[in-house]
Amino acid sequence: MPALPARLRRVLPRVTRRRILAASAVVLLLAVVVGVAVWPDRPAWTSTDARITVRTGPDDTDRVDLSTRFYLPRDRSGKVPAILLAHGFGGTMDSVRDDAEDLAARGYAVLTWTAQGFGTSTGQIHLDSPDWEVKDAQRLLDWLAARPEVRTDADGDPRVGVIGGSYGGALALLLAAQDRRVDAIVPMITWNDLARSFLPQSADVAATGVFKKSWAGLFFGSTAAGPDPAGGNPACGRLAADVCSAYLATATSGTADDVALRLFRRSSPAAVLDRISAPTLLVQGEVDTLFPLSEADANARGIAATGTPVRVAWYTGGHDGGDGPQTDQDRIHFLIDQWFGHYLKGTGAAPADSFTYSRVAGFSALDRGLVTNAYSRPAYPGLTGTGSAAVAVRGPAQEIASPPNGNPGALSSLPGISSGLSGLLDGATRDVPGQFAAYQSAPLTAAVDVAGAPVIRLRAASATGTATLFVKLYDVGPDGAATLSSGLVAPVRLTGLPSDLGDAQPVTVTLPAIVRRLDAGHTVRIVVATSDQAYFAPARPATYTVAVEPRVTLPTVVGTPIADPQTVWRYVLAAVVAAILLGLLVTLLVRGRRLRRREHRALPEYADTPLVVRGLRKAYADGFVAVEEIGFTVERGQVVGLLGPNGAGKTTTLRVLMGLTMPTAGDALVFGHRLEPGSPVLSRVGALVEGPGFLPHLSGYENLRAYWRATGRPESDARFAEALEIAGLGDSVHRRTKNYSHGMRQRLAIAQAMLGMPELLVLDEPTDGLDPPQIAEMRRVLRRYATDGRAVLVSSHLLAEVEQTCTHAVVVNKGRIVASGPVEEIVGESPSVTIEVSDVPEASRVLSGLDVRSVTPEGPSSLVVDMNGTPRADVVASLVRAGVGVDRVVPRRRLEDAFLALVGDNSRGSGDR
Amino acid sequence: MTTSATHGYRPSATLPIRAEIRRQASRRRTQLALGFMILLPLIVLLAFEFGGGSNDNDRRGAEAFGSLVDLATSGGLNFALFCLAVSAGFLLVVVVALFCGDTVASEASWGSLRYLLAAPVPRVRLLGVKLVVALAYSLFALVLLAGAALLLGTVRYGWAPLSSTVAAQIPAGQGVLRLLGILGYLAVTLLVVAGLAFLLSVLTDAALGAVGGAVLLWILSSILDQITALGGLRDILPTHYSQAWLGLLSTPAQTDDVVKGAISAVVYAAVFWALAFWRFTRKDITS
Repeated sequence: MPALPARLRRVLPRVTRRRILAASAVVLLLAVVVGVAVWPDRPAWTSTDARITVRTGPDDTDRVDLSTRFYLPRDRSGKVPAILLAHGFGGTMDSVRDDAEDLAARGYAVLTWTAQGFGTSTGQIHLDSPDWEVKDAQRLLDWLAARPEVRTDADGDPRVGVIGGSYGGALALLLAAQDRRVDAIVPMITWNDLARSFLPQSADVAATGVFKKSWAGLFFGSTAAGPDPAGGNPACGRLAADVCSAYLATATSGTADDVALRLFRRSSPAAVLDRISAPTLLVQGEVDTLFPLSEADANARGIAATGTPVRVAWYTGGHDGGDGPQTDQDRIHFLIDQWFGHYLKGTGAAPADSFTYSRVAGFSALDRGLVTNAYSRPAYPGLTGTGSAAVAVRGPAQEIASPPNGNPGALSSLPGISSGLSGLLDGATRDVPGQFAAYQSAPLTAAVDVAGAPVIRLRAASATGTATLFVKLYDVGPDGAATLSSGLVAPVRLTGLPSDLGDAQPVTVTLPAIVRRLDAGHTVRIVVATSDQAYFAPARPATYTVAVEPRVTLPTVVGTPIADPQTVWRYVLAAVVAAILLGLLVTLLVRGRRLRRREHRALPEYADTPLVVRGLRKAYADGFVAVEEIGFTVERGQVVGLLGPNGAGKTTTLRVLMGLTMPTAGDALVFGHRLEPGSPVLSRVGALVEGPGFLPHLSGYENLRAYWRATGRPESDARFAEALEIAGLGDSVHRRTKNYSHGMRQRLAIAQAMLGMPELLVLDEPTDGLDPPQIAEMRRVLRRYATDGRAVLVSSHLLAEVEQTCTHAVVVNKGRIVASGPVEEIVGESPSVTIEVSDVPEASRVLSGLDVRSVTPEGPSSLVVDMNGTPRADVVASLVRAGVGVDRVVPRRRLEDAFLALVGDNSRGSGDR
Repeated sequence: MTTSATHGYRPSATLPIRAEIRRQASRRRTQLALGFMILLPLIVLLAFEFGGGSNDNDRRGAEAFGSLVDLATSGGLNFALFCLAVSAGFLLVVVVALFCGDTVASEASWGSLRYLLAAPVPRVRLLGVKLVVALAYSLFALVLLAGAALLLGTVRYGWAPLSSTVAAQIPAGQGVLRLLGILGYLAVTLLVVAGLAFLLSVLTDAALGAVGGAVLLWILSSILDQITALGGLRDILPTHYSQAWLGLLSTPAQTDDVVKGAISAVVYAAVFWALAFWRFTRKDITS
């Protein structure tokens, strides 16, 4: 690899083996995480598109070209059961692609198709007519039976389930009624009686209901967007002519004539439910003003009447509410899987006919969606609940105005533009003053879990004899906020009314079924309004008189909460916490054992030696070697000087002695105990390493106290008075240390090191920052300290310091010991003198005649003479005798000489150590 | 057993918890941080008293939790809730990062760390005591904030049920329990910050770097969490569940996300702390 430019190398962290390993591990981990996240899953299914031409129509003579897509599970053994998956009104086979893929992945052959009159399929919309769409589906069953991959019950009879929502749900019901080859069906959010769905009547009277104009307009109007390719009536789009004229007639008058009613009934499962023998799972939405819960209720009762297994599930969603929260979707998916699993695949026990539903619990804090709780009952209770609560509402009989054409009208729901569920809670509702009568209850004393259709009785009078009314039940909070559950209203059309309320007979009004908890403290408000923007309204203005009877019957269901699969996370949490605690415990036990073993591992031969350093070596991770090899001993009573130039490795050695740095090799023994980080034997060592370290916001005295508290030793052992005396700070000891001078801090640090009078005192450059009198005082203190069997180790780069303070010296250079022993010994190794003479050449001549080892001129008038044992008096006498003037004779007994001789003149270290 | 230590020295008696509490209590930043916990509710209260009326009353249901501010003056519990809500995102993160990030790094920067270790306070014990005390201070700050807000709010706005726009009013007695639950969850999620700050505190000698680094990473995680394109990866971000306490306001309380958030926080904190201990017991103290 070419060398990096020096500048770049200085900026970048040093490349070491460990760093490369760590970086590689991190990169690898990231790559795996990202890779797993973005790796595309191999689909578990295959699909083929085909156009299937079916013979259909009342006489089987019309040919309709359907576009279809057939999904097969990729991994399948043998033949698989099939599922016919129908789409909703206005959709195509693409709108159910996700569901189809999901079902195919679960091991079913799934056939989806675009119903005639939609998408690229030909034909016209006959509203799930038994002669058209249902017949199409029968032909698709024929097609499935001929597929080699599809399991069959008999020749031409595939094992097949039918599933679909809304338009597709009704098809499932009608197909199961018309073709006994169907083995199981799951109709979702669909109708029982199309006439009642579009002209709902909530009162127990014979009159047809109120036209649900906005949903009807959306339902039929959506097909007019694409003109009939055959070029028919532009008002009808791809609607079949009879369907179109029935719609136009109904929408014009607001009531349905017999032709229209016949057509709607023909497209309704209501009349043919007794012919359904396929087990049926009915899924209906609680937030659905188009096909409310009562439609599924009617289907359930009709099918169950013949003994066919029926199961009902409600979820918080529907034509207004969408797919619902994830928990509800998961529950419905589970139910479908279980249903088809048993009735098509034959796996699993027969599903119970228990009833499940969900109730809004609040908002999700994270994605701001709704959160629901699911409940179950052993049996489907219908819309009347398993119990009931009666609530009294009060209010006078009132006159209310019906505006012309229902304008301005009250607002309850916004068909087709619902932006999910959350909008429904907030109550996008509005009543127009003068157009409604309100009846309010007292605050509830206890919460009521409503699940089903509330019932009221009302009387109405009208000068015209007819009245169109909309009855609503509001949940009013203590703060006055009124909520209309799911935006559901009960339209009522009454005929033959008297003009005087006194003559009016009460009628029973069944409100739309809701699932809601009415909390304690809330009130129930019944509102009778004359208009609703979602419904057809009479053109002529009128005035009605209405009175609601006080008793409101609320059906209640107390369900068993379904264990949320999410609760498994609670056990995960418990397991995680337990694992962490266990890990902690094991770690502590193992550590404790190791520490105890270490405590016993002492070397008895050094038990009385304050400090033994053996073969110490310290190399840093980046390869820099601070200490090559150092070994020395400090005996009791000694003051040992660790002498060396800057960067010789003194501080690193001391750091190892304090357990701050791990040596690469060798060890240090204090009273026979090996020094490791946190070794208890360190409690017998007092230290000043690399300058003082104090809490700046505390005074000097408080710092010493804080330090001593941290040692955990008895306060009486500290001997604060002696330490403070050594520090000699006077009153300043009560000032904050951040205001201290360098010297004051240094003295305080020495005092701290001496707290408790440790047996070994280690001081790094103790005289740094002290003035000469203080230095002199410190020397005396240290000499005195080393009595009573204590020992002191002092590091210094000041030679005079060591010479004057220490009894022994260890000279270090470039990480190695160059000399060690008593100071006198080291000093005594230098047997030379400096002689200043008047005549250097003459003196040299004279001296060379004597028994000296060497003579070296030093400067213009001085000579350095290695005496080789010759007495200085003899040398001076010889020089004087020879006529050489001697100015000065200076014995070179200074340690400096020795120091320089030992380490050479290159006192620059190999770096900062 | 013979001991190598001097008379009166026991490793388990070094750096007593009380000594560490006093070490930290004497510091200005501790006093300021705790003082601000009391000051904040006061500032909020004054703002409500003298500030202009809010004009944005047209909040929609989807932003129902945004209306916590509208309900803040409905009672002491709601006021406390509001104060917690406004502090949870940043203030509490900074305070916890301060207590946990500063504790070892500041000793290192003063140079007092090496004297503690040479005393000797065993490294594991030093770190353990520092962590326990830092966590205790963090919890104290949290409780102080909630307590001060509850007290001030109750004195000014009275003792009322806990209201929210999404669920029924929660009776005051149960509301206190919910508030405690929220406090508990906040404390658990903040363990991530505590863990991260503590790890950085061990890795660096610069106290500011540890505190700032922890806050910075927390903010980074929050930003990443806003990017929906990251999909499932967001679930493993430490801040992903930081808002889950809002679920405790609904009836019945939604605890699923709370539990997941607790798992995430506990795992992150455990990993960070394990790394901190692993590193600290092996590193050379060079400060």
